[in-house]
Amino acid sequence: MKKAVSLLVVVIMLITFSGLASAQTELSLWYHGAGNATERAILIGIIDDFNASQSDYTVALEEFPQESYNSSIVAAALAEDLPDIIDVDGPVMPGWAWAGYMAPLNLSEGALDDFLPGAIGSWNGEVYSVGLWDAAVAIYARRSVLEANDIRIPTLDDPWTGDEFDGILETLQATGEFEYAFDPGMAWKGEWYNYAFTPFLQSFGGDMIDRSTYLSAEGVLNGEAGIAFGNWWQSLFERGLAPGTSQDGADRETGFIDGKYALQWNGNWAGVTSLAEVGDDLLFLPAPDFGNGSIIGAASWQFGISSSSENKEGANAFIEFAIQDEYLAAFSDGIGLIPSTSGAAAISEYYSEGGLLEVFFELSNRQALVRPVTPGYATMGLIVEKALADIANGADVQDTLDAAVDEIEQDIEDNGGYGFEM
Amino acid sequence: MTAMSYETRERLILSLRYALLILIAAIFIFPILFMVMSSLKPDLQLLRDSASLRAFLPVGDISLNNYADAFERVPILRFAFNSAFTTAVSVGASILLNSMAAFSFAFLQWRGKAVVLSLIIATFIVPFEVVAIPMLLIVNNLPWIGPQGIEIGWLNSYHVQIIPFIADSLGIFLFYQYFRDLPDELVEAARIDGASIWQIYTRIIMPIAGPILATVAILKFLVMWNAYLWPLMTIRSEELRPIMVGLQYFFQLNIAWGEIMAYLSMVTIPVLIFYLALQRAFIESIATSGIKG
Repeated sequence: MKKAVSLLVVVIMLITFSGLASAQTELSLWYHGAGNATERAILIGIIDDFNASQSDYTVALEEFPQESYNSSIVAAALAEDLPDIIDVDGPVMPGWAWAGYMAPLNLSEGALDDFLPGAIGSWNGEVYSVGLWDAAVAIYARRSVLEANDIRIPTLDDPWTGDEFDGILETLQATGEFEYAFDPGMAWKGEWYNYAFTPFLQSFGGDMIDRSTYLSAEGVLNGEAGIAFGNWWQSLFERGLAPGTSQDGADRETGFIDGKYALQWNGNWAGVTSLAEVGDDLLFLPAPDFGNGSIIGAASWQFGISSSSENKEGANAFIEFAIQDEYLAAFSDGIGLIPSTSGAAAISEYYSEGGLLEVFFELSNRQALVRPVTPGYATMGLIVEKALADIANGADVQDTLDAAVDEIEQDIEDNGGYGFEM
Repeated sequence: MTAMSYETRERLILSLRYALLILIAAIFIFPILFMVMSSLKPDLQLLRDSASLRAFLPVGDISLNNYADAFERVPILRFAFNSAFTTAVSVGASILLNSMAAFSFAFLQWRGKAVVLSLIIATFIVPFEVVAIPMLLIVNNLPWIGPQGIEIGWLNSYHVQIIPFIADSLGIFLFYQYFRDLPDELVEAARIDGASIWQIYTRIIMPIAGPILATVAILKFLVMWNAYLWPLMTIRSEELRPIMVGLQYFFQLNIAWGEIMAYLSMVTIPVLIFYLALQRAFIESIATSGIKG
């Protein structure tokens, strides 16, 4: 009997201690990078380091393909099955926060002091997400082409003016050496249109919506500046300076490299490939200034916390751990994107002083403007994208922008202002 | 009209007919040829060739590198197994269940049969996308007996990819249409001989249902092998993902077109093999019972 009692005590102790040994709370992390071995290796390295750095939490990674990631998140939200930590594309974040999928971050004071503005996802006065990198757009050009045509090389402090840029396009087109002087990337349908082209609109002085209220686009999208932008935009295609919406996707990928296009509007993610093909002759130039500064888009993928997480403290701890400079630099070195802090840029391969893509960090730092920070962006983006395509295809500028304004405002009204006071 | 000119005219018509058939065949074959040839080329060359006839020729820098890279990027064998497993079980179960349902509609007498059949046929017009979200909410609350006893929710499992797709209105309709055209004497003779309903189904009807079995199997195979939206909504774990979701792995910031073509070439092979294996019965089914619309 005594033996039996002793055995029972031992069994109970074993069960108890094995329970204690596995008392770490598991945090689920969903990530959009399935299929990218480099991203996966870096992220798993961060997770392993985090798991080893403390004893309260372990992070478990589930990867999803980027193209379908948002659908998976929405389905999980419907099924009330969201993970603790999610990553979210910058312009999508306000929608998910408004829909109640996400909770605000609670990072240490000063944790984001050195961050690029585009890498911080704020909505409604709170930070909901933070990016381990950002992306930027520049004009790709060949030094030899500019010099041969007596075109000055613009700088961050002294970019081309709108008129100057327009004249340069005419000059390059007139050489007859190029099929088109400028490739804005019309073949890349979808979010590229808003991310890449609405900064031109903003440089003219317009915008997709009045950011002081986020309730109206009247006079902003279809005001004087908006119309001026629309006329210039349409003229690019009417004058044959740029390929239109029927541009072949293959030409978009190879046209500049092969010399079909003199200038190309492209992102930093294409920088390394283009450098390998074009070599030292390649220049990355700032956006033209149409009167209200050189402006480019901002905000890429960022980490946030789901509102349904029962382990928000742990999720915050992981995110704060992941945004250390060494990890930001590792991501940048691995996938070529812009590190989110100057500290990380300084130790990164491409963005440190003298690095091949150094200029993009400053572009992102000085010219970036995030897309409208509103849950309504998802619909607004589709409307503006269509308007940009229609204008490029010859639609009446004023009518098209007026119609876009009506649609945007109707959507805002239908959704009760998307959280903004009407 | 002379005999010679008649012969010439016949030859001309025959030639035109063959030319037309070759043209139609080319329309179907060229995309596959483009896919296979592109899978052998590096990305930039693939894109440059795409606007010319070179796209259909194995020219330039040809290699199997895209296939090797695709295997590195995606756990293809795992995904292929998942798709093969869910497809095989679904096709088998679907044939059994739907043929039994159709047998009931065709040969058994029960109250409300016509109404139920009409309702089943009416579901043809409801696209899957419409019912996807309600289905998600339903399966998320269904019980299942798992390793830890009764669990609630089917998400992230094989059975969530199989069970909702076993019962299939199109399958029932096709079987029903085929059974209905069979001579009544077959069933009556069996009944007179004392055969049970189960014996009539297994020994009389199903042995002569080969063509429609092949048709339903092919159609179900295509639906299950190409499953995309539903797994996207219900599967979280890479270990359970089917092959079509894997295609999305290649759409990164810099899209790997060559690898996409290599992956698609590999994904298409099982479909072609399955179809070729059953095509004779499939064509016979169309020619005899007919999908008459």
